[in-house]
Amino acid sequence: MPSILAASTAAASNTAPFTAPHVEWGKLSPMLIVLGAATMGVLVEAFAPRAARYRLQVGLTLLALAAAFAAVIALHDTPTSVAAAGAVAVDKTTLFFQGTILAISFIAVLVIAERRTEGGQDAFAAQGGSVPGSQQEREAVRAGWLTTEVYPLVLFSIGGMLLFPAANDLLTMFVALEVLSLPLYLVCGLARHRRLLSQEAALKYFLLGAFSSAFFLYGAALLYGYAGSVQLSNSDPHNPGIAQAVAAHAHGPALLYTGIALLGMGLLFKVGAAPFHMWTPDVYEGAPTPITGFMSAATKIAAFGALVRVLDVGLAGSVDVWRPVIEIVAILTMVVGGILALTQRNVKRMLAYSAILNAGYIIMALVSTGHDALASLLFFLPTYGIALVGSFAVVTLVRDAGGVEATDLSRWAGLGKSAPIPATLMSIFLLAFAGIPFTSIFVGKFAVFQAALAAGAPQLVIVAVLASAVAAFFYLRVIVVMFFSDPMPDGPTIANPSIAVKTALAVSALVTVAMGVAPAALLHLSNAAAVLAR
Amino acid sequence: MSAFPYLSTTIGTPLLGVAAIAVLPKERAALARPIALLASLVALGFAIADAVAFKTGGPRFQLSESYAWIPTFHVNYSVAVDGVALVLILMTAVLVPVVILASWHDADARGGALTPQGSPAESKRSVRGLFAQLLALETLMLGVFAATDIFLFYVIFEATLIPAYFLIGSYGGARRSYAAVKFLLYNLLGGLLMLAAVIGLYVASTHSPVGAAFSFQTLSKAVGDGSLTMAGSTEKWLFLGFFIAFAVKAPMWPFHTWLPDAASEATPGTAVLLVGVLDKIGTFGMLRFCLELFPHASHYFTPLVLVLAVISTIYGALLAIGQTDMMRLIAYTSVSHFGLITIGVFALTARGEVGATLYMVNHGLSTGALFLLAGFMISRRGSKSIDAFGGVQKVAPLLAGTFLAVGLSSLALPGLSSFVSEFLVLVGAFEKYPVAAIFGTTAIVLAALYILWWYQRTMTGPVASSVEGFKDLNRRELAVIGPLVALIVVLGFVPSILTNFINPAVSQIPAHVQITQQAPHSVAQDSATQGNGSGQ
Repeated sequence: MPSILAASTAAASNTAPFTAPHVEWGKLSPMLIVLGAATMGVLVEAFAPRAARYRLQVGLTLLALAAAFAAVIALHDTPTSVAAAGAVAVDKTTLFFQGTILAISFIAVLVIAERRTEGGQDAFAAQGGSVPGSQQEREAVRAGWLTTEVYPLVLFSIGGMLLFPAANDLLTMFVALEVLSLPLYLVCGLARHRRLLSQEAALKYFLLGAFSSAFFLYGAALLYGYAGSVQLSNSDPHNPGIAQAVAAHAHGPALLYTGIALLGMGLLFKVGAAPFHMWTPDVYEGAPTPITGFMSAATKIAAFGALVRVLDVGLAGSVDVWRPVIEIVAILTMVVGGILALTQRNVKRMLAYSAILNAGYIIMALVSTGHDALASLLFFLPTYGIALVGSFAVVTLVRDAGGVEATDLSRWAGLGKSAPIPATLMSIFLLAFAGIPFTSIFVGKFAVFQAALAAGAPQLVIVAVLASAVAAFFYLRVIVVMFFSDPMPDGPTIANPSIAVKTALAVSALVTVAMGVAPAALLHLSNAAAVLAR
Repeated sequence: MSAFPYLSTTIGTPLLGVAAIAVLPKERAALARPIALLASLVALGFAIADAVAFKTGGPRFQLSESYAWIPTFHVNYSVAVDGVALVLILMTAVLVPVVILASWHDADARGGALTPQGSPAESKRSVRGLFAQLLALETLMLGVFAATDIFLFYVIFEATLIPAYFLIGSYGGARRSYAAVKFLLYNLLGGLLMLAAVIGLYVASTHSPVGAAFSFQTLSKAVGDGSLTMAGSTEKWLFLGFFIAFAVKAPMWPFHTWLPDAASEATPGTAVLLVGVLDKIGTFGMLRFCLELFPHASHYFTPLVLVLAVISTIYGALLAIGQTDMMRLIAYTSVSHFGLITIGVFALTARGEVGATLYMVNHGLSTGALFLLAGFMISRRGSKSIDAFGGVQKVAPLLAGTFLAVGLSSLALPGLSSFVSEFLVLVGAFEKYPVAAIFGTTAIVLAALYILWWYQRTMTGPVASSVEGFKDLNRRELAVIGPLVALIVVLGFVPSILTNFINPAVSQIPAHVQITQQAPHSVAQDSATQGNGSGQ
């Protein structure tokens, strides 16, 4: 970045003493706690004896998430401000996103840390570096090794996710994007079973993710060229940000439009919107299922946070330019997700397409930069995320012989009779995805549809309603298979999970129902939180 | 606000039963039956108390309760009844204990009414699940008629699908899962269109002087006094959103195809609730919501709706004649009857509305009884086919006798309850849309055909070999069918029990619904209806 280089050489040639930027450590504490704990996790890997690592890492991770969540709570009434020399916006929306990501990550980590379903083994390869099927791998398995590096990696990723929706300049946002993505690429390739599939998924995710990051960076550079700043918004008249440049029509629109397009591609890739959705089914299928649950929920929340900040803060002035594109993307995403999900026979792939479909609903809330639209998005994300984590947690319980997850839908026949509790929980999540009343996602959908209609986009609501009807078909198919078919003679076994996973499942299901029956409190919170530092 | 929460108590009672069944230990699962029966009888008691507390000369909506539910969207838990909703609540509360008694053995491993013969050992069906879901469904059905908040109505409307879906899919016949999915998808699609319309109405209200509201009374009043005006095309779209949902539910041709499958695969008890109560939400919704919230669009679409209703009436009757499966036959007769009810609703005359409402109740009783009797026959013979029976009259005279009485009510024989309502519907329609009334009348002729021919084939003639050794109705079955037959006869002679509630409610439908149609005659109509109700 030439300007930064120029500034630093200028500072060096000037003999004026270096003044460190003022950093509001308190306001950044959620991120600092998580990233600090991640670094400690790396030290644990280096110094703690192998036998003690699992306990240490899980304890450290959960403790860090809880502490960071407490920090978010403590910050809840800080006035809207921009911290760290304009790099990080600390406002109600940021805190809401951070709290959501931390809470959902906590539940997801409970599932990630599960060892009981498979007799002391977790969902990850005994030794990530060993070649699948090799002697080395067999030895690692026999020695009972665990890839405990997963925990610091997940923590680094969460740290990135906390920063992503808070970033007030495009460079910080890019750094956050990479910090959240790189560890995910790694852990996606660490599945214990079907390792080649998992590694293929990781490679695919990495290559496409790298492309999208490049698009993002290119877009950021063009916007810098347009506005002369990477900050989304800066109220200082001597140092205007992108929002101010857009409002003042600083230059010709070519740089702005191409910048928006490229930046948008990078962000829409992360939320899994069509036509940038290609990676989702393969990665969701190949990744270890607990990781799938974690990243499908948490990454999506963080990425929508960043998208909201870019569109509503930085580019609100050019809403007429990007709104038609967002509308088309929303329609495309709902159509692609809904129709392709119909043909899936694999539960994980079905959930992946369902996630694409739901991304489409959420994108509907982006067409307006108004308060209600943001509030509806803030309600939808946590309720959807927690149901997603819960549904993937159920998938981890259904095992074929040899401990491989039975993800083919036909293997789930009669699960309602052989394992009524997991089947009932799965039904709750699926009915919620289908938007049946008295579940949280019904209220979320209502809020989002209402915001879209109020913003004058009835065509989106019509498509969303039709897509919901299509979606009901494939969600119901799972329920039909589970409850109305008879169990197979050599059907899968249902693992009896540890108390941690039981807790995660119970909390997810409870929240899903409770937020459908009594959504007033969370709606109030999301309405109050829909305040952006502009 | 009434001092005592009558309606919430009525609605909540079955839920207490659900909770009691939920905590039953597995080995005492059989206790679910008496608990369910008790809960539904208590609910019936409360429903009767509601009717006693309801003042027929009082304001339109009574026994109202309202509590904030989702303040962000101005959603309230608001319940209240007018005479129309009250009689439907009474009908529901009567039918559920009957259905519970009729379903007593439906969850048994063998001997359930629809256990397919010669099928591999049927896996066990949960007794607790069956009765808990019946009670949960009762709560929702009572709630949907009582809800006066449009959001609350919608939410319950959709929620009824879930227990109904599992009741069909878990306890039904051989093709139950196909039928359950078809049922749910049809109704869900209709419901989702309605969701879009509900949101549209809400957004329209936010832009009006009324302010954002979901309260039916507020919105109806605002539509009436012109403070909530919608662009013509908006109103038409919103009307269609509501109407299609109700037409799927009702079920109206061409949206009816889910009903024969669902009714014939469900257990007889579930079929009674499905056709007798759940489908009434459709016609009730047309009367309550479509007419009052979208008066101009209702007027605009009336010819189309009447044509569809006439087609339903005749088409349902013709197909009923051709059926060989008894449950499907009853389902098609219902398509026909719902056509007539819709004609009554959209005739937009006071007589038509009274007739339609009365018809909803009478149809629930007589069709419910038909389903249950068919269920008794199926459980004896193990077949739903009409050909499997013959000469039942000689071996089971009681069964044949009640069947004839109920059947005659279904074809609207004077002196039995359906006659009054069918007559009112046709007279009401004739005042304004004589052509629709004339076509509707053909259904009466066809009804005689399908009922009497069915009776002739199964009950009369030589005793079929398969029917030998048929047992007549046992005490439980008599307890099931007795009250329904008694009500059918009593309501045939004294319809004023119900019209006392319905007449004032219809005359209190706000002026903007009827007057826009036929202003000069409205007064005469009202007095005519009053006289009619007491004179019948």
